[in-house]
Amino acid sequence: MQVPILKQGAYLIASIQSALSDADLMQLRDALVAKVSTFRSRGVIVDVTVLDVMDSFASRTLRDLVHMIKLRGAITVIVGIQPEVAFAMVQLGLTLEGVATALDLEEGLAYLDNKTIKKASAQRDG
Amino acid sequence: MDETRIAIRVDMDVVAARQSGRTLAAELGFNNTDATLIATAISELARNIILYAKEGEIILSTLHKSEPCGIVVVARDKGPGISNLEQAMKMGYSTSGSLGMGLPGVSRLMDEFKIDSRPGLGTTVMVKKWKR
Repeated sequence: MQVPILKQGAYLIASIQSALSDADLMQLRDALVAKVSTFRSRGVIVDVTVLDVMDSFASRTLRDLVHMIKLRGAITVIVGIQPEVAFAMVQLGLTLEGVATALDLEEGLAYLDNKTIKKASAQRDG
Repeated sequence: MDETRIAIRVDMDVVAARQSGRTLAAELGFNNTDATLIATAISELARNIILYAKEGEIILSTLHKSEPCGIVVVARDKGPGISNLEQAMKMGYSTSGSLGMGLPGVSRLMDEFKIDSRPGLGTTVMVKKWKR
C-alpha cells in the first residue's frame, strides 16, 4: 500500500495509513528522499496519527528517513504519535532520538516554518 | 480453548498478527492502551521470528477465570535458537539502532514473560496480559 505524499509549497506531507508493512515503510522512506530532490522541498512532515503500532522497525526506519532527508538539506518532523503508541514506545525503549516531533499537522507546519526561516536568515547573515 | 494461529513468513504476516491481536484484545474488553501494548508486543515477537528464524507462528488464545480475562501470545519458531539467553534478556534497544531482539522491552509491555530457547532447537516465547 503506497503512502500518499502531498506537496504543500516547499514542504512534503506524508500521511501514514494504519496497516503499514515493513516494505511499505521502506518504500515511503525512499519515495520521500527522492521527492525532496525532485521538488527541492525544504521540509517534510510524516503524519503518523493513524499508525496504531510503532515498533522497533518503524522507529528505526523513521529515524533513518529523517537522517537521509537531513543529508539532502531538508528538515523532517514526525507528527501525531498517539498517547497509547507513545506509551508503548517508551516501554519498549524506542526514543526516536534525534527526531523532531510535533503534536499534529498544524504544529508540524509551524515547526517547519520556524526552522526554515531560521536556516534562511543564518545563511544570509553567516 | 479457542486458538488463533498466524503463520509468520513474510513481513505482511507481522501486520496480520498484530491486527489479529488487536482485534482479539478489543473483543476481550482490553482498553485501547493495553490493546496497543499487546499489538506492539506481537509485532516485535513476529518480527524476531522473521529476522532470526525465517519462519514460525504466532498463537493467540484467551485466559479464562470465570470469564475471559486475559490474552496469551505464543511466538514459536524452529530457528537457530538463542545461545546466550541471559545476555539476550539484558540487551534492549540502543539509540544507535536495534541491539538484539528487544526482549526486555517486550516483557515490559506484557504482564508475564516466559522464554524457552535452545541452540538448534528453536525458540518459544509466551507472554500474557490480564485485563485491568
